[in-house]
Amino acid sequence: MTSQAAGSLALPLDTTQSDKLAAAVDGLTPAQLTWVSGYAAGLAAAGSPGDAVLIPAADSSPAAAPQDTLTILYGSQTGHGESVARGLKDAAAAKGFSVKLQSLADYKPSALKRERLVSFVISTHGEGDPPDDAELFHEFLLSAKASKLDGLRYAVFALGDSSYVNFCQTGREFDGRLEELGAERLLPIVECDIEFAAEAEAWSGDIVERLPDLMTAASSAPRLRAVETAAQYDRQRPFTATVLTNQKITGGRSGKDVRHIELSLADSGLSYEPGDSLAVLADNPPQLVADLLQHFGFAEDTPVDADDGQKSLRAALSEEFEITAPSLGFLKAWAARAESEELNRLLGPDRQSELAEFFATHQIIDIVRAYPAEVAADEFTGMLRRLAPRAYSIASSHAANPDEVHLTVAVVRYEAFGHSHEGAASTYLADRLGEGDTVQVFVEKNPRFRLPADDNAPVIMIGPGTGVAPFRAFVEERAERGAGGDNWLFFGERSMSEDFLYQLEWQRFLKQGILTRLDVAFSRDQAEKIYVQQRLRERGREVYEWIENGAVLYVCGDSKRMAPDVNAALEEILAEHGGLSAADAAAKLKELRRAGRYQKDVY
Amino acid sequence: MSKAPLSDVERIKSASRHLRGTLADSLVDPLTGAIAVDDTQLSKFHGIYQQDDRDLRSERKRARLEPAYSFMIRARVPAGVCTPEQWLNMDRVANLHANGTIRLTTRQAFQLHGVIKRNLKASIAGINEAMMDTIAACGDVNRNVMAPALPALSAVHRQVQADAERLSDHLTPATRAYHEIWLDGEKLDTAEQEPIYGDTYLPRKFKTAFVVPPQNDVDIYAQDLGFIAIVEGGQLVGYNLSVGGGMGMSHGEPETFPRLADVLGFLTPAQLLPVAEAVVTTQRDYGDRSNRKHARLKYTIEGRGIEWFRREVETRAGIKLGDERPFAFAGNGDVYGWQQDDSGRWHYLLFVENGRIVDSGDRRLMTGLREIASRHRGEFRLTPNQNLVVSSVDPADKAGVEELLREYGIENRSQASLLRLNAMACVALPTCALAMAESERYLPDLVTRLERLLAESGLADVPITIRMTGCPNGCARPYIAEIGLVGKGPGRYNLYLGAGHAGQRLGAMLLDNANEEEIVGALQPLFERFAAERRHDEHFGDYLIRGGLIREVRAGREFHAATAA
Repeated sequence: MTSQAAGSLALPLDTTQSDKLAAAVDGLTPAQLTWVSGYAAGLAAAGSPGDAVLIPAADSSPAAAPQDTLTILYGSQTGHGESVARGLKDAAAAKGFSVKLQSLADYKPSALKRERLVSFVISTHGEGDPPDDAELFHEFLLSAKASKLDGLRYAVFALGDSSYVNFCQTGREFDGRLEELGAERLLPIVECDIEFAAEAEAWSGDIVERLPDLMTAASSAPRLRAVETAAQYDRQRPFTATVLTNQKITGGRSGKDVRHIELSLADSGLSYEPGDSLAVLADNPPQLVADLLQHFGFAEDTPVDADDGQKSLRAALSEEFEITAPSLGFLKAWAARAESEELNRLLGPDRQSELAEFFATHQIIDIVRAYPAEVAADEFTGMLRRLAPRAYSIASSHAANPDEVHLTVAVVRYEAFGHSHEGAASTYLADRLGEGDTVQVFVEKNPRFRLPADDNAPVIMIGPGTGVAPFRAFVEERAERGAGGDNWLFFGERSMSEDFLYQLEWQRFLKQGILTRLDVAFSRDQAEKIYVQQRLRERGREVYEWIENGAVLYVCGDSKRMAPDVNAALEEILAEHGGLSAADAAAKLKELRRAGRYQKDVY
Repeated sequence: MSKAPLSDVERIKSASRHLRGTLADSLVDPLTGAIAVDDTQLSKFHGIYQQDDRDLRSERKRARLEPAYSFMIRARVPAGVCTPEQWLNMDRVANLHANGTIRLTTRQAFQLHGVIKRNLKASIAGINEAMMDTIAACGDVNRNVMAPALPALSAVHRQVQADAERLSDHLTPATRAYHEIWLDGEKLDTAEQEPIYGDTYLPRKFKTAFVVPPQNDVDIYAQDLGFIAIVEGGQLVGYNLSVGGGMGMSHGEPETFPRLADVLGFLTPAQLLPVAEAVVTTQRDYGDRSNRKHARLKYTIEGRGIEWFRREVETRAGIKLGDERPFAFAGNGDVYGWQQDDSGRWHYLLFVENGRIVDSGDRRLMTGLREIASRHRGEFRLTPNQNLVVSSVDPADKAGVEELLREYGIENRSQASLLRLNAMACVALPTCALAMAESERYLPDLVTRLERLLAESGLADVPITIRMTGCPNGCARPYIAEIGLVGKGPGRYNLYLGAGHAGQRLGAMLLDNANEEEIVGALQPLFERFAAERRHDEHFGDYLIRGGLIREVRAGREFHAATAA
């Protein structure tokens, strides 16, 4: 491997090397390419840090359009755009070219960087607005999130109505922005009024005429680019990820605030598998820090000992110490300091359940308010644990989102003891990080929560609430791999209209046949409360048949009530449909668990 | 017949087994608040439109949630007459399952909005509990049959109302699908017949009305099929038949246009059903089934000629139409307040802004009407101008009704200008899927601005009709309002002027895609000139034509000719 100055991104190969590498990877399947890129990264990591390794410029994901394919993307309000796009598709297909036609509504914006040749047909409506089905793509393309598109060649066919002021505005924006991102314009933009048939035909003709040259050019060896390698990331050396998206995914009338967070892993070399968690180093809520300072009357600049020398008390409470969840050590120390009989009783023998309940309902500030005592600042911080990273089940497949990691975060906010309370990490992610901000993260492997190695094995996923997160990763991964196994998801929440997390994605996966079945339980949509375990029982016979056919069971989410209830439901199903006694059914479920066919990620 | 392929809706109707489709499955699909795409066409025949809250569309898409789907339910009220029990029932369903308001429509029907899918069936069943239904309230069939709400000549009105109800029954689809799906009716094994409609129903919606001159409150010229009552010596002797009216058009498609109905001739009450059926079946067989924007009866008549149409109808009905009898219209608005009919009963025509029954501040319309309905022994009439008549009040009960109207702050406000009393807007945003611009939520504000200008010009006591729709389909019949505003984009409207005050002449476009400033800026000098040059009792629309300020549109096909003078 040629050595290169650290940090340089220039192509570090001479022509011979470059050709050899291109020849070596020529003809490899996407999965093989992915493996090779990991192999190369491993070689590099074993060498001196800072060496550069090569990966193919096109992210080596199987979803990348083959380079001899013309991709046609359309956004259409009235159907005219779609008809133009279909016209081009038919014309190109008639000449034997490989064509992919897709509505922008179904197109993942970040996939654009993997495209080589795209024709856009896009209408403008109202006062220069994109059509509904292109709204999100349009927003993405014009945002700072859009990546460079050096390898892309494109043509834009714009439709509009010249009686409106901003005629063909969306088409013009596409055309200009694509060039700005480094893409190469094949044809000048065509702007059409209400009459468009003749221009559409001419445009299709122009493109099809050029296809023979374009396709040959495009199918030459993959271009190579260099990236910096990265050491393994961990708590001591977290990766600084940029927030791409912080999107509330519950409806306006939901009682819950759940966020879909997308972080960029670009150039990190960081990788993860479905089932893994992402640990987030979150600062504490500023209001809580201020409340503690005020409660004790501490000066914010009081110096206190911290990991790396002394810090101001405010900084230490923000970054160094756990100040939301109390530990047993803290409670003992505080009980002694406050000389509270009540706390001491709680810490006595045979009070386990009361103590657990107390921990579940009290933050540190609730304790110091309810059981007051005078302490010095360093005495107080001496009682506190170090701030621990918070782990979230990753909601994305790395293969499907090569440069990204996604999280599904339920934001914790509630009123108790006359004060508002916040979850430290969830509000950090939801409230204090905007798009473009950075956050420190690292991956926590979870080898006991993995898709079956056999792509043809069926899986049953039970994930109410944000427990659905890893199953989004599972389903994306299986779609990406082209796995043939059946996928059955059980999801539950309060309300169908407000809390159906990733509803549009599940609907699309179902339509595409990737998700085989989806059963839902919305507890508050009818008089009696219905949860996922009830849906499991209702589908007991089929669940049993799936298990008999080798299905792997997965449960993710709440460990206190949901997971035991689901466990009980599964035991009942095995008993009822397998003709087993309760004890034998329980034993069979345990056996499934031992065999890795019943996996849990509960918290 | 056209060689173009049939429209997709024709395929859906044809495969629907008389309007069943997969509606029953759609209703129980737990993964979506919507019904299957094909079923959204069929549900209309059952009086149900799938809609979504367009204010939330973008936000929900970002949230990876489907649109906030809900359903509009339209209940038929033939001739606009309902009982107090039916009113109370509609009020109950609206509060239990819908958004807590009732919308009176421009075609004398009830509309409930915001009904979510899992409440649909209970809502329809609830409406039917009071012997009212929603079948054929929308869809490619004859819809709610309209009749005048004004009881000036009550003997004649009662006859006309009875004829309207008779015709409504005659043209109601025969399919049992409605009872099966919504009312758990028995599934029939026998092959059903639709004797009038056939398996694919009509090419497009079909609208029928009756009218008693001189008030043209139903806007007879906007109807596919109309019956103009001819009264001689105080007796109803028959009807002039009118055909081929319709409002809808599409922006930028000049082959679509609003068209006023032609009067074909005279018929007797006994000839009513065969002639109406002949008109319907002619349209069934000759209407355009490939292009839904060109499928109304008006285009069939434009394409083949009115004389061909007359012959076809006369042949099918086996009846020769008599010569048209003379009649005259004075206006197409409502006459507000108390009126006494020839039997001594009282009728109070109550102003309902944009037809929306809702409590709003001190004006507690919904609660007040609930109270009136619970004591009232007469009936209610929904007017074609989206108002309401507390009708057939015994003289002994009149003071009591007045008291309730006052108590709930809903008596016609003396400060409501004539312009406001003659204003009409469709629902539009946020629920209507077709809307391109605001209408119901915006017209009241525009009227406030215009009524000030009219007052400044000394025109406060001149009735001028103003109507707004959020799209060019024309539910509020804007092309026959003296000031017509048709939405084109957010905050943008086409302005049409010069229509007849009685709805007897189409307006012509003065401004294309104009904002409020441009609209007000264009109207202000016209108001001032009208005030200065007005002849006695002259209407605004008539003046603009006489003064050569607006082009006179003599026929629908001239509607798009070069714009105003």
